[in-house]
Amino acid sequence: MSILRGKWSAISVPLLSVALGLFVGGIIMLVSGYNPFVAYAALFNGIFSNTYVLGETIRQMTPLILSGLAVAFAFRTGLFNIGVEGQLLVGWLASVYVGLQFEGLSPFVHIPLAILAAGVAGAIWAFVPGLLKAKYHVHEVITTIMMNYVALHVVNAIIRTYLLAPGERTEEIHQSASLQSAFLESITDFSRLHYGIVFAIIGAIIMWFLLWKTSTGYELRAVGFNKYASEYAGINVRRNIILSMVVSGAFAGAAGAMEGLGTYGYMTVMPDFTGVGFDGIAVSLLGANSALGVVLAAALFGGLKIGALNMQSVAQVPTQLVEIVIAMIIFFVASSYLIHWISNRVNKRGKI
Amino acid sequence: MKKKYGFMMSAVLAAGTLLSACGTNDESSGGGSGSEEGDKNNFKVAMVTDTGGVDDKSFNQSAWEGLQMFGEENGLEEDKGFKYVQSTAASDYQPNLSGLVRDNYDLIFGIGFLMQQDIQAIAQQKPEAQLALVDSVAVNESGEPLENVASITFKEHQGSFLVGVIAGMQTKSNKVGFIGGVDSELIKKFESGFKAGVKSVNPDAEIFEQYAGDFNAAEKGQAIAGTLYDKGADIIYHAAGGTGNGVFTEAKNRAKNGEEVWVIGVDRDQHEEGMPENVTLTSMVKRVDTAVIEVSKQTMEDSFPGGKVTEFGLEEDGVGIAETQENVSEDALKKVEEYKEKIQNGDLEVPKTDEEYEAFVSSL
Repeated sequence: MSILRGKWSAISVPLLSVALGLFVGGIIMLVSGYNPFVAYAALFNGIFSNTYVLGETIRQMTPLILSGLAVAFAFRTGLFNIGVEGQLLVGWLASVYVGLQFEGLSPFVHIPLAILAAGVAGAIWAFVPGLLKAKYHVHEVITTIMMNYVALHVVNAIIRTYLLAPGERTEEIHQSASLQSAFLESITDFSRLHYGIVFAIIGAIIMWFLLWKTSTGYELRAVGFNKYASEYAGINVRRNIILSMVVSGAFAGAAGAMEGLGTYGYMTVMPDFTGVGFDGIAVSLLGANSALGVVLAAALFGGLKIGALNMQSVAQVPTQLVEIVIAMIIFFVASSYLIHWISNRVNKRGKI
Repeated sequence: MKKKYGFMMSAVLAAGTLLSACGTNDESSGGGSGSEEGDKNNFKVAMVTDTGGVDDKSFNQSAWEGLQMFGEENGLEEDKGFKYVQSTAASDYQPNLSGLVRDNYDLIFGIGFLMQQDIQAIAQQKPEAQLALVDSVAVNESGEPLENVASITFKEHQGSFLVGVIAGMQTKSNKVGFIGGVDSELIKKFESGFKAGVKSVNPDAEIFEQYAGDFNAAEKGQAIAGTLYDKGADIIYHAAGGTGNGVFTEAKNRAKNGEEVWVIGVDRDQHEEGMPENVTLTSMVKRVDTAVIEVSKQTMEDSFPGGKVTEFGLEEDGVGIAETQENVSEDALKKVEEYKEKIQNGDLEVPKTDEEYEAFVSSL
């Protein structure tokens, strides 16, 4: 059981949690009268059986990577950014707005510009809670949650007032700002796979580089470990808190751009939150707040979400059951303390 | 089949009430299916719900009830011959629709105009697929109808006209209200039709209209209903989906305090929503189930109405007033029949837009 401790625990605990989550999910299916083997086979087929679902899985994981990175980045500085959802929405709107302007621009300018706008919008949205936290010690969990609602309604109001097209949505963005690709569609049987995945991977590399290869990143992580010690050591804690929130918000905004420029090409009036931002919390947790971990966890959750559609269609298992499985996985990751404790007990007993 | 006991129960109950309400089931379906069994049993039809889900007490539920009736009548097996797939998020629409196309379904319904983009995309990618879109018209980039999509729309203005007639007849304060979900072309049809109905029988009536800007904000619906009732309206017609639930809440609260106020429901017979205070005067029903059955039948008989807009109005029994009529006066019902005939004969053109309404009123 020593594999559950030490340097391997970052990998072994999530893996064990996934296995336990699937297992408990299977038991729940059994109790509810579904055949878990048929269901999981359908789930598996729904992720891998053809190029379409594979493309859709990658499409689904793209914004999840970025929202996971957003949560993980803030967490490294000891901040819980629950506001990824709201930052994602303002980012989505900003990217679509830029996508609607500047007709005739080269895609090599237009796409980065639109993503940049999304990042800036998300960053501004996250700056407010960051500033409140740094200056007045207002708890960021509360302010970011509130900012989610503000974002939802402000975004809807802006679309309704200035950008409305028939069908409760904005117009389609110009082709030059679109991440959609006829080539990717053709090799995946018309899935909505788009080039956003490239930007998501670049985002993961940026996060890794920023946190582990720069002195700024060192400061950010130091604040996360112990802000009093960091202050004593001469690190400007306030500055780092704001910086961390702003970068986190930029990732979240970019996640919105993936939806705006890639999956949809427009933005609808949102009746409710997308859930991508909240899923980012789970992705970050399962990915142990590391860049690579977030990418892998996003792939898992993206796969589960797309596979669930097939599970519903083929095995008649409600999609909600996949949400239960995801919740179980998170439960086991969050209770990794429990896993550690059990493994310690077993080890001690083994020694005695 | 224990697994779906609860669901089956409710489905059977729902189908049962519908069937019994429709009167006797024709016997030919039992005998006729024998000879054509092979052909009919190969037919596969499915629907994709929007995020409201199949038990939304409205649109999606009605469509599924229709599909179940169609399946039963034709001896199709659930999950093989007919089924539904739910969407948990807007991003699910496309994979859900596309999955059914790959499973070779003969006809796939997208329920609600929210799916228009996705249906249009898939229709162009998969020309061999046969799709149907409810409440909107599927077109390609140049605005031409797509040959493999059957578009289904309703003449909501006609049904709204009839409930308007009832409101105009039964208002005591001579003031009635209209609450819309989102100010859009679709909801304008409800509003114009309703107002025209009221004015036709009661030219002096005052009509207040207000939009909530949302289909899912019950608290807004309640607040607006409060304002309109305070202004003196005693009957409110809502065409606001979930927002309308707040209208019922407000009316029931007032009814408890002894005020005599009414709500006119929408989409389905909303009699239950008004209980136990019994505040539902009548409802404008939109028979999505009838439409689903009709298009499924046509498709099974090899006359898929692709590229066409099938409009369901009074003639097709696609819109009308609800079956629960205990709160509607005899006189009002007579008037409704009178106007129904006029509309069907073409003697009366019900307005769909603000401009048409203005013209209609000045012609009275």
